[in-house]
Amino acid sequence: MSQDTNKSPRDRMLDRRMFLKGAVAGLALSALPAGANAYDWEKFLQKHFREMNEAELKKVIERLERETSLEWKKKITISTAKAIPDVKFGYGLDLSRCIGCRRCVYACVKENNQSRANQVHWITVLRFKQGEKWADLENSEKYYSSKLVPEEGAFYMPVQCQQCENPPCVKACPAQATWKEPDGIVVIDYNWCIGCRYCMTACPYGARRFNWAKPDIPQNELNPETHYLGNRPRFKGVVEKCTFCIQRTRLGKLPACVEVCPVGARKFGNLLDPKSEIRYLMSNKRVFRLKEDLNTNPKFYYFFAT
Amino acid sequence: MVYIVRNFFKAIWQVTKGGIGYYVWIAFLLSLIGLGIKTYLDQYEHGLIITAMRDQVPWGFYISNFTFLVGVAAAAVLLVVPAYLYNFKPIKEIVLFGEMVAITAVTMCIMFIMVDLGHPLRVWHLLPIVGTMNFPASMLAWDVLVLSGYLFINLILVFYALYKLSLSKEYSLSMIWPLILLSIPWAVSIHTVTAFLYNGFPSRPFWNASILAPRFLASAFCSGPAIMLILFQVIRKLTKIEIENRAIFKMAELVAYAIAVNLFLLGSEMFKEFYSGSIHKAPLEYLYFGLHESKKLMPWMWVALSFNVAAFLLFLIPKTREDLVTLNIGAVLIILGVYIEKGLGLIVPGFIPDSLGEIYEYWPVMPEALITIGIWASGILFYTLLLKFAIPVYTGDLKFETKKRV
Repeated sequence: MSQDTNKSPRDRMLDRRMFLKGAVAGLALSALPAGANAYDWEKFLQKHFREMNEAELKKVIERLERETSLEWKKKITISTAKAIPDVKFGYGLDLSRCIGCRRCVYACVKENNQSRANQVHWITVLRFKQGEKWADLENSEKYYSSKLVPEEGAFYMPVQCQQCENPPCVKACPAQATWKEPDGIVVIDYNWCIGCRYCMTACPYGARRFNWAKPDIPQNELNPETHYLGNRPRFKGVVEKCTFCIQRTRLGKLPACVEVCPVGARKFGNLLDPKSEIRYLMSNKRVFRLKEDLNTNPKFYYFFAT
Repeated sequence: MVYIVRNFFKAIWQVTKGGIGYYVWIAFLLSLIGLGIKTYLDQYEHGLIITAMRDQVPWGFYISNFTFLVGVAAAAVLLVVPAYLYNFKPIKEIVLFGEMVAITAVTMCIMFIMVDLGHPLRVWHLLPIVGTMNFPASMLAWDVLVLSGYLFINLILVFYALYKLSLSKEYSLSMIWPLILLSIPWAVSIHTVTAFLYNGFPSRPFWNASILAPRFLASAFCSGPAIMLILFQVIRKLTKIEIENRAIFKMAELVAYAIAVNLFLLGSEMFKEFYSGSIHKAPLEYLYFGLHESKKLMPWMWVALSFNVAAFLLFLIPKTREDLVTLNIGAVLIILGVYIEKGLGLIVPGFIPDSLGEIYEYWPVMPEALITIGIWASGILFYTLLLKFAIPVYTGDLKFETKKRV
């Protein structure tokens, strides 16, 4: 029996894939800038995050760490820490406490290496006037700038990725570049995203951001401890969004926004643990989720503690 | 072997020779394309920041043009149906040129998608087998499949016909009959799937209306044949090809019905939104009356509406329909009307107000306009070259050698 017939159909499929990939590579030859070297090819042909085996992943991470450190002139580590078993993350936000100070917004920017010049923010704080219709967000103000918060007669509602259990963005992505992890976090492979922005049109919460230009991060403020699916510096032309600080929460730490909130309006925990704080407030407080009628089933709960 | 090479050079020679007018035309198109490429390289280097698109309105002029052109491509079916199914002779003779419009339009669609991508070199990620196409969940994956299928079908149909004609043979329909039949539902499918692309997400209430796909088809059947109406007159003016007035008037009549349906559907949508008066009427309100102080698209929408109504009357009344001057005015009006309505008038209000209630008024800026013009110029150049080759084949002036004839 020849070696080929010993192969499982899956292996033969892979062979065919490799062949076709080669063909694609050949076609792209004219598209890649002249003088592209082996290094560029490696970058170009990098596989989907979930399709790489351990060895391939290790090699890719080594290259990316080298590349990123060189680009940002700082030693940067990229973790691929997996989801902790029996954990599904959930978030609680106490609207009766939030004072609209936006400390969460800027803590997030710093922790997650968002672009400064173009002001990419993963958290949007909406201001509403008391007594106005507000649940449909029509009368919200996103660019309020008062010297002091909370303002008289106003209340605030921060919005970020709601980490839907039924995420429309994942359905939309034509290349499976965004997906839901076992711990419930919706992530993006920044090396696989083609930048079509279809996910942004699908998201009902305005949570996704596009890198319209190359991100601008001050080198001394760059957070060097990163996760592949989280806060590593992004590329021009890819989509990004809140990941519940995947680089922190998978290590048992709290998201940066939860830690920084001066009034304790932000809660975070494991939805599968009946004794967690998030479960307590879900069953004892007045809870609602944003745009519940769309059936996206968010894991982000707004509540009123007082 | 030798005759294949010789035929190849014959074909090349055919598209490169022409009068002074031809060269001026080609040079004009090439300079627009050059400007487009230069601007695109700039966009490639600096990112899509050089456009007016932002997170609030992530799709703009490129996707607007894409949507309009899918409609143009789909409308080729309107020629195919009477030509082949009902054997309407005058249209049958020109259906080839309609199919060539479809090929050109789909090619332009692909270019508009490519320039809209943040990472164009990664486009293979969404292909089946080599990439990880999200099929059947993503409507964009469906769109890639139906559009490339449509391109493929029309390429086969056109080149089969040209091949047979070039060997001075009567081409037999029986060979390609299944493909012709297939092309009809397929044309409907490309525009339906493109409508579903927008239609499928409740995050954008303006698009999330069941009337969207029917409206897409109705408007496509207005603008597509209108473009061909004008093209056919140009073709018969510049070449020996005879296209009967009868065929042109027949198409104009079909356009009149399509405009009627399109206007009716628009009215239905207006009624539903404004009578029920829920907050989801905001995008339509933005389009036709302005939302708060924002009314950038408003004048354009009224222009489009009046163009559509005027074109409807011109195409409906037999006297103006069968007069080439008024007919052409009507054709230009409906093309512009649909271009506004199914272009910016469809894409932008999907994002106004955005999903958190913000209003960001998008209007294309110079770089994206130049890139768009560049793509239109390359489409027109492509069609010109196709015609340059196909017309002499069609009239029998260009013959190819075969082994037998040696």
